[in-house]
Amino acid sequence: MTMSDATRPAINAQTSAPLSGPTDADRDELRRHGILLTSIQELANWGRSNSVWPLQFGLACCAIEMIAASMARFDIARFGSEVFRPSPRQADLLIVSGTVTKKMAPQVIRLWNQMPEPKYCIAMGACAISGGPFKQGYNVLKGIDRFIPVDVYIPGCPPRPEALLNGLIELQKNIRGRHIAGPAPVEADSPTAPGEYPVPAFGERDLEPTSNPKLWQPPVIVRPDKP
Amino acid sequence: MGPHHPSTHGVFRMMVTLDGETVVKLKPVFGYLHRNHEKIGENTTYLASMPYTDRLDYFCSMTNNWAYALAVEQLAGLPVPERAEYLRVILAELTRLLNHTCLAGFLLQDTGASGTPLMYAFREREKILDLFESLSGSRMMCNYQRFGGCRIDATPEWLAAARQLVNGYNAFLDEYEELITGNEILMARTQNVGVLSPALAVNAGITGPMLRASGVDYDLRKVDGYGYYPRFEFRIPLGDHGDTYDRYMVRMLEMRESIGILRQALDRIPEGPVMDPKAKIRGFKPKPGEHYGRIEGPKGEIGFYLISDGTANPYRYRVRPPSLINLTILEDLCLGHTLADAVIILGSIDIVLGEVDR
Repeated sequence: MTMSDATRPAINAQTSAPLSGPTDADRDELRRHGILLTSIQELANWGRSNSVWPLQFGLACCAIEMIAASMARFDIARFGSEVFRPSPRQADLLIVSGTVTKKMAPQVIRLWNQMPEPKYCIAMGACAISGGPFKQGYNVLKGIDRFIPVDVYIPGCPPRPEALLNGLIELQKNIRGRHIAGPAPVEADSPTAPGEYPVPAFGERDLEPTSNPKLWQPPVIVRPDKP
Repeated sequence: MGPHHPSTHGVFRMMVTLDGETVVKLKPVFGYLHRNHEKIGENTTYLASMPYTDRLDYFCSMTNNWAYALAVEQLAGLPVPERAEYLRVILAELTRLLNHTCLAGFLLQDTGASGTPLMYAFREREKILDLFESLSGSRMMCNYQRFGGCRIDATPEWLAAARQLVNGYNAFLDEYEELITGNEILMARTQNVGVLSPALAVNAGITGPMLRASGVDYDLRKVDGYGYYPRFEFRIPLGDHGDTYDRYMVRMLEMRESIGILRQALDRIPEGPVMDPKAKIRGFKPKPGEHYGRIEGPKGEIGFYLISDGTANPYRYRVRPPSLINLTILEDLCLGHTLADAVIILGSIDIVLGEVDR
């Protein structure tokens, strides 16, 4: 069963609509005959999503649960992510596991910059998401998403290892939906995405700048009584 | 090295000067996990600081809770029911098992035995965490102790499960020691590495298994006799050489003693309330005064120094963290050894950066 030229949709890199290919029923029929039909994009996403190698990088309490997730009971290897790489050059996934202090934030962002594309970030735990219980502290960054783009947020203090696995599965779903050609639906995949994110410096009172305005804007407070 | 070397136990930086492979100078840099613990403690009520103590040393939340509860109870003069004291001893000794087991795993990871010893350790850790979770509702951040008792009573089923774990623990230790303790590589890597003299240990204020590995007989469970520890029979293991191997060995022996304490406590735990009926949970305001309460945590002496001015918040809230003070002698231990040995020495000190930087 081959598709004639007339039925094949025109490949146009400018349209973001998915190519209308064979249906799942067609594929099942083919698979029964020993033919595996796929596209480059599916193949790439299948490979990428099933071998997400995290950076061996722990910050605080959540790191212990991250280690627990890689141990026998929870076994992150079932999802292809057991290879914790000690070097950012070899890693795909940055799990920000724990409180990011203002002293540590530049190093975290530098690690993120050193990771090769495609790369993903999971903010694990309340501290990495928003500062968590230590938010009122003077030395705690109120969420790593002020400086680097985060794909999956896992709430909890600390999240259970199952929660980390769930976050990883969500990330895999996200990766499978990404396009490798055409205008990217994900900002990080587009050619205009910044290759490097600015690393803040230590200012007199706070980090300089205190956030990356392209990634994070302070929430706008709307007061109904004062239009 | 650092602030995040894959082998460091958290975010900790060592500025190391090397002559070839030999360490000639080592300056630690702290503060990558400074989370304003003490300042937050001064701005919240006494009870609201309890969950923060969980996050000091996130392996040993139960002993941190106990140290803080003990400091406040001694400050305010609160009595603690008998059953709660027994539960505290049980939980503290379970925490000691948990901490020392994980330490053995991480130490072996540092020597290069990647994976297997740590997996064995975490297998046992999960069993203890299941007990903690069924009792307090959380795996790591238990937030269990209260001023004047414990939050929730343990059911008979929980005590039976604890007994089952304790009965099986010796078998795990036997298995682990058979694999690790007599291992030639471990001996070669750790014996005569990072020798800590008793004089330096005492002068630097080292506490816990590190001090006892140098041969100094000092354990707050015996010295202070806090809680119901004087009612239990146990021995204090002491080291001879003060090297890394002794520090490992003292912890293995301490676990055996902990199992003995747990057996006695589980046999003798009485019925009764776990919370003093007169204890005031809300609106708790101790009289003006100051107090330093301390217990023997798995890593050493963990203490809380509190000054009360009669209001709901402490005027001063200070933590005496064993990890930080044990870490101060890192340079003395590492000088003259190779860089790879520095990693093992750091592992044997048993630090948790949540406690070092607070």
